[in-house]
Order: sequence, then C-alpha cells, then structure tokens
Amino acid sequence: MSNTPAAADSRSPSTEDTAVAVVQPETAAKAFVGRSPGQLAWIRLKRDRTAFASFITVVFFILLAVLAPVISRLYGITATEGFSEKLTYQGLPTGYLGGISGEHWLGLEAGIGRDLFMQLIFGMRTSLIIAFLSATISIVLGVILGIVSGYFGGWVDQTLTWFTDFMLAFPFLVFALAIIPIINTASYDVGEEVPGSFRIAVIIGVFALFGWMTTARLVRGQILSLREREYVEAARAAGAGSGHILFKQLLPNIWAPILVSFSLALPGFIAAEAALSFLNIGVVEPTPDLGRLVYYGRQWLGTPDWAYFLIPATTVFIAVLAFNLLGDSLRDALDPKSSK
Amino acid sequence: MFRFLIKRLLLASTTLVAISIVTFLLFFAVPSSPAWVMCGRNCSPERIAQVEQSLGLDQPITKQYTDFVQGIFVGRTIDDAGTIRECEAPCLGYSFRSKEPVTDTITRSLPITVSIVGGAMVIFLTVGVGLGMLAALKKGTVFDRVAIGASVGFASTQTYTLGGVLLLVLVYSTGLLPNPHYTPITENPLDWASGMLLPWITLGLINSAMYARLSRAQMIETLQEDFVRTARAKGLSPGVVNRRHALRAAITPIVTIAGVDLGAYLGGVVITESVFSLNGIGREAAQAVTDLNLPIVMATVLLAAFFIVTMNIIVDMLYAVIDPRVRLG
Repeated sequence: MSNTPAAADSRSPSTEDTAVAVVQPETAAKAFVGRSPGQLAWIRLKRDRTAFASFITVVFFILLAVLAPVISRLYGITATEGFSEKLTYQGLPTGYLGGISGEHWLGLEAGIGRDLFMQLIFGMRTSLIIAFLSATISIVLGVILGIVSGYFGGWVDQTLTWFTDFMLAFPFLVFALAIIPIINTASYDVGEEVPGSFRIAVIIGVFALFGWMTTARLVRGQILSLREREYVEAARAAGAGSGHILFKQLLPNIWAPILVSFSLALPGFIAAEAALSFLNIGVVEPTPDLGRLVYYGRQWLGTPDWAYFLIPATTVFIAVLAFNLLGDSLRDALDPKSSK
Repeated sequence: MFRFLIKRLLLASTTLVAISIVTFLLFFAVPSSPAWVMCGRNCSPERIAQVEQSLGLDQPITKQYTDFVQGIFVGRTIDDAGTIRECEAPCLGYSFRSKEPVTDTITRSLPITVSIVGGAMVIFLTVGVGLGMLAALKKGTVFDRVAIGASVGFASTQTYTLGGVLLLVLVYSTGLLPNPHYTPITENPLDWASGMLLPWITLGLINSAMYARLSRAQMIETLQEDFVRTARAKGLSPGVVNRRHALRAAITPIVTIAGVDLGAYLGGVVITESVFSLNGIGREAAQAVTDLNLPIVMATVLLAAFFIVTMNIIVDMLYAVIDPRVRLG
C-alpha cells in the first residue's frame, strides 16, 4: 500500500499545498491516476455508509423545510389552522398517540389543536434557517479573525487572542437568554409588537457573536504553520500584497478544516436554538419552532398525550444526530489521520 | 509558580471587570427605561419614579457602576420607597420583583445547582472516562464498537429529550422514582439523593458520551507513545503499563476539560433544571429573563463568568501538578 495514490495523501490535506504528487513505482504495472486531495476525500466519502445514510437524512430534513409550503398545500392543512373540536374538554386530542390519524399524520397539539405535522415542518424551517445563517456568519467571522491574528502576529494577535479568551469566558446560554429579550425590548417601544423576523435576526446575531471563537483559534493555528512555507515566501518575493497572500495563497489551503467546523457547527446551532425555545425564550408565536413544540409537549408529559413531547423531541434528536454524523464522516474523509 | 499565579489572577480579574462592565452597560444603559422593565407592566408612574430613584438610575452610569461594585465588596444600602434595605457585603443588587436582595436568591438556588452538577460529574467521570479507556484498550472489538456507537447517539441527545423520556418512563408511567425535588443533604441525605437521581442520570449520561469519546481518543494516542513501548519492553505486566504509565498520561487533558466544564455548569445547568423543575441558578436566571428581573439576570451572568474564570485558573495550576512536563513560567 505504500505507494498507491491513496497513501500518498497520508499527510493531512489541510497542509497540502499542491495536488498530490503520485509516487511512481519502479514497475509501471498499474496505471496511476493523479488525484487532488478534494477528489480523494470525495472517494473516501462515497465509500462511507454512515455518511450516505446521514446525508440522505439531512437532505430529507432540508427538503421538508424548503418544501413546507408545498407540502402544506398538498396535505390540505395549514400550520396555524386549529382543530379544537377534535380535542376533549381537558384539551387532549381524541384518538390514540395524540390523535394520530389519516388526516393528522402526527396528531394534534394538545390544548391548542393545531396539526403537529405542519407545526413540525414549519418549525424545522425556522430552525434550519437560524442554524445555517448562524453557522455561516460565525464561521466567516472566525476565519477572518483567525487569519488576521495568525498572519499579522504581534500586538494584533495578542489583542485578538485576549478578545477570544474574553468571549469564551461569557456563560453562553445564560448570557444569550439574557441578552435576547433585552435587545428586543430596547429596539422596540413599550407595548409595541416585536416582529418575528427581528427576533430571528437577533437570535442569529447572538449565536454568531458567541460562535466564532473555536473557528478563529483553529484557523489561527493553521495560518501560523502555513505562513512560514516556501510558497508564501515565493509569493511575497514576487511582490504580492498581504491581501493576495491571505486570500489567494493561504485561504485555499485551509478550506478542509473550515468545511468541517461549518458542518459540525450546524447541529450545534440547531440544538442551541431548540434549547433557547425550550426555555420559551427566542422564537415566539406565531412563528412555528421545533424547540417550542418540545417546551409545550413537556407540559403535557404527565398526561396520556406523551406523544406530543416525544414526536418533536425525537425530530430534534434525529436532525442533530444526522448532521453530527455527516460532519464526522466529512472530517474523516478530509483528514485520513483522524479516522479510527 | 507564584509569579504565574499572580499573572493569571491579574488577567482573570481584568476579564471579570470587562464582563461586568459589558453586562452592566447592556442591562442598565440599553433598555430605554430599566425601571419600567424591572417594575413590571402594572406599575404606576410614581412607583417607576421610586424604583428609578432607589436604583440610582437618575445618576450618571459611571456612578451607578461604582455603586454596584462597591456593593459587592463592602455592601450598600438601597432606599426602596422610603424603606432602607440593608444589603450586606457581597451585595449583587436588590430585586424589586422578588422583594429581596439578589444574594438571598442565589444562596437559595446555588446548592441545588451544586447538587445536580456534583452528582452528574461523578457519573460522567467514572462511567464516561471508564468506558472510553476500556474501549481504547479493547480497540476494534465488539465492546469498543458498541461503546462508541452508544456515545455517538448520546452525544446528539438533548438534555430535555433524555430527561423527558426518563421522566415519562420512571416517574409518570411506572412511578419507580419520585418526581425530582430538592431536599438539603444536611436534612435527609437519602431523600436528597432520590430527588436528584434523575437529573444526575440525565446530565451524567449525556456528558459520559462526550467524555468516553475523548478519553478513548486520548488513550489510543498515549498507547502509541514511546514511553509506553519502553515500559512494555522493560517487561512490565500489561496491567501496570496501562494503569501506571498510560492512564496517568492520558487522563491529564481530561482533567482540564472536566475542570472547565465544571466551571461552566456551576453557573447553572439551565436546561436540566428546567426539565425537572428544580430552581437552581440556571432556572432562576431563565425565569428572571422572562420576568425581565434585571438585577438577578445581571448577578447570575456575573456569577457564571466568575465560575468559568476561576475554574480556568484552578485547571492551569492543577495541570502543573499532575503533569510534571508542564513548567509554569
């Protein structure tokens, strides 16, 4: 195995500066194909069954979220429609497992009487929008700050490192749940309705503000080792400016760890958003939300309608698990050294 | 060691001061009327004026901040509509909603959080680290695969999901366990433990997953190191090599992470406390946020930051003690 193309890539692709050079064996019995680290990673990923299964699940969830309005049209019920006539006088849905029937695939919300399936897919939409935007913004922030801090060094680096440590000392959940209502009340006058889109923007902002630190540290470390490489020196000798070196020379070489941190940040933000809503802070009615469904369900847990809790909770679990597994597979594919 | 400690303490206090200023500005300068926010919806304009005065909100923000800091170190008096309230030394403010000094709320809720976190830590440091180490030693076997598979699953489980399922199965459906509740350990240790069992299991299992993965990876790496090979080559028994040589080196980073986690958890395990309706620091903070009870919010944020910063220092010191390779400059 020592001179097959796959083994030639045993160095981490993150430190690879050019496409893999294929070691030519003495006997040219087999034809060797030169492959870029990206192609090699893709081949490894395609062989991974866990990756395939989690990828399908992730795509399924994304499709549910994106197509939610279409599904709602076909299903014939909207997310806000109430069916209180199908609830008992205690607010429990009639029928088994929280009123699961051909008409209501996942039953009804106890007490409120809305269709749970519709609430779930529209809630998924909210969760995924928040998670994707938060992950994107925090990764971009982290990459920029990490590159700047690692490349320029000196007092810039020291200041940014202190700032990173400072941000890490904030108790994230407590602070996030404290600051969100404060921003909302400060931006709108007393008694004024805070629009749902503004609430979502605030959540994304807070998540991004507290999410960039690990990426920044990671990128800084990578840049520290890369900036001493010959090709960077060559670029500098050729008269390239800092901007060119940073974004044309260094950035393309660290895309692999950045991609991995992005894919692992997603499930983190899905879970964090659901956690906020579980505390009934963050997204409020009438915007549907996964975490809030779990919060409502928790209040009915002691009643015969425990399905109301279990269905949304399981959905969050499967979504987070699928995204996590996909992120893990991606890391294994991009960095063969990290694999079991 | 001494110089290092001084340096770290200075840095830590700078961080704490910076955090306190940021939180103070956010909570007292950003809302258009903190007094209204703190007093509540059905507050008369006179009452708002009173609150404003007793909080010193009519004074410049720097004066307000120095008063707050002074309260923490020497105590202060707060004038609530003519009644003078004495707020003793670690005074973190006075809550007009709950009509008591914030310190009282905290001394009431902190033992609950400490109980939950303490028990959970025992679980994840034994079960999690133990399983991870065993899996590393039995790498590639069925045991290893099952342990790793389970830990991937548990690591993606949300606290409220596991907590809710446990509540459903063990409390509501079968009645095997009582509803989680808090009894001080000094009153009835048995009742304390039975009331805390569910939060311990929930938080313990979810963290065990992370610690198992971590300690497995750490142990596998350590087992490949030269000093382990040397120990084996000397003819030491596998048990001695694994326990005395490899384990000791592999456990060091775990201690660091456990210390940092402890600091983060002591500031409140919000979700765990909320699922089981236990009024620890975290739930108190979440409740205060919903009620816009600013003094409590501010105090809990500061307290949580204090725990994080302090545990970071302790971990750094501990690191030098357990790992002789680390020399503190």
